Amino acid sequence: MRIFDPHIHMTSRTTDDYRAMHAAGVRAVVEPSFWLGQPRTSPASFYDYFDSLLGWEPFRASQYGIAHHCTLALNPKEANDPRCTPVLDELPRYLVKDNVVAVGEIGYDSMTPAEDTALATQLELAAEHELPAMVHTPHRDKLAGLRRTLDVVRESPLAIDRVLVDHLNETTVQEAKNSGCWLGFSVYPDTKMDEDRMVAVLERYGPEKVLVNSAADWGKSDPLKTRKVGDAMLKAGFAEDDVDRVLWRNPVAFYGLSGRLALDLEEPAATHEGNSILRGGE
Amino acid sequence: MTTTADTLRTHLHSVLDDPARAWLDRALTGAATPPADPAAAPAGSGPPAPRKPMPAWELRFAEAGRRCGPTHADDARVLLLLTARPDADTLRPLYDRGTAAERRAVLRALHELVPGTEAVPLVEDALRTNDTSLVAAALGPYAAEHLDAHTWRHAVLKCLFTGVPVDSVAGLGRRAAGDRELARMLHDYASERTAAGRTVPDDLHRVLDLTAPPAERGHLPAAAGGASSKES
Repeated sequence: MRIFDPHIHMTSRTTDDYRAMHAAGVRAVVEPSFWLGQPRTSPASFYDYFDSLLGWEPFRASQYGIAHHCTLALNPKEANDPRCTPVLDELPRYLVKDNVVAVGEIGYDSMTPAEDTALATQLELAAEHELPAMVHTPHRDKLAGLRRTLDVVRESPLAIDRVLVDHLNETTVQEAKNSGCWLGFSVYPDTKMDEDRMVAVLERYGPEKVLVNSAADWGKSDPLKTRKVGDAMLKAGFAEDDVDRVLWRNPVAFYGLSGRLALDLEEPAATHEGNSILRGGE
Repeated sequence: MTTTADTLRTHLHSVLDDPARAWLDRALTGAATPPADPAAAPAGSGPPAPRKPMPAWELRFAEAGRRCGPTHADDARVLLLLTARPDADTLRPLYDRGTAAERRAVLRALHELVPGTEAVPLVEDALRTNDTSLVAAALGPYAAEHLDAHTWRHAVLKCLFTGVPVDSVAGLGRRAAGDRELARMLHDYASERTAAGRTVPDDLHRVLDLTAPPAERGHLPAAAGGASSKES
């Protein structure tokens, strides 16, 4: 089973996770820029984070035979802090980078005017840079958040079929599907979706434009949830081709809209005793 | 254009497909053309100037991977740099806000672009990373020329630690010759590896051999190769 996790925050994960992910079949990931547990207080913190998503993290992933791309943006939560919003002025400099395959995560957290502005501005940036957009739907007041998100997308220069709306569930999938956007589902241990509910959604709505991710981060999450969904799909009677479509071809098609997806991963570089993630003294 | 640039251009022309070659030629033409003077408007008049746009060649520099493919992107970026010939003040932000691939290209071009020591901080920054591709790119002819002895020795040791082939280190033989302090560091590292029951990298013996004064090369005392008894 080949797996593309289209949403995972590897910055928060260990090398053991990379090893386990590779063993489970993960060969490609997209890491969207997002908030950390600790709020940032200056644009410079974002730039170091972006640099890491464009430098260190792809290198780390490559050691485990996994292709790493990223999406960059000012996230909705920190869009509310005027100390962080100057990031929007510097974003164009980053959106031209080779490994950036979408603008994201953008969207709503608390649905404030500042979030409206950041979302609309970044949808425009996506259109200007010929990038798709990866849009987070809020955890609180989700259905209203989805409707407002879709309204802002429709008013933007970015076509709806270049937008992935993420963190969908049973209450939001139908309206999202009707809009023509790509459909993202995050599978978590306790919150968001679980494997069996995901299979039920796939049975009811089909695999078209559906992407499944672990959204694993610094919270209680599991980077192998993509594989577990694939196994659950097979157990429920889906064909291997359906699994491949959801876990590989759909994310490749969506992020491929950027024209920047490079999946011809070279074999891991020669390592020193099988591990080049060395700090010295090891 | 320098000999290095000519060699790179000839090589890229022979390996790139038609669309990539056409893109590269356009990008090089743009890079060779100085940007229009933006200081035409008198200072202090009218509304604040809009944000200075990124020079076109810097955009080409950023997108070289998706235009030429990851295998040839480093060469294409180095060639763009050798054509645009930015000074150290321009190279700094290009490096600081660059991807790992862009940083590698800046490091590889330094010896052709910066005659003095102004760019040593970039090399030192790359040597602080754990990305082995950056460490290797940092140790080109510019580092051989300008790094101080302490930093250079630690860089060589870091190559051995992280598995970067010492063939990547420019001027290795010249700088290592007669360097007793480097020899001591290598002996100590070999002892540490041996004490831990680990193998000593072959490259360590190669460098150790180079630290002998030229007249003594190949005639190291037994102690120098002692650690190799643990190799398997």
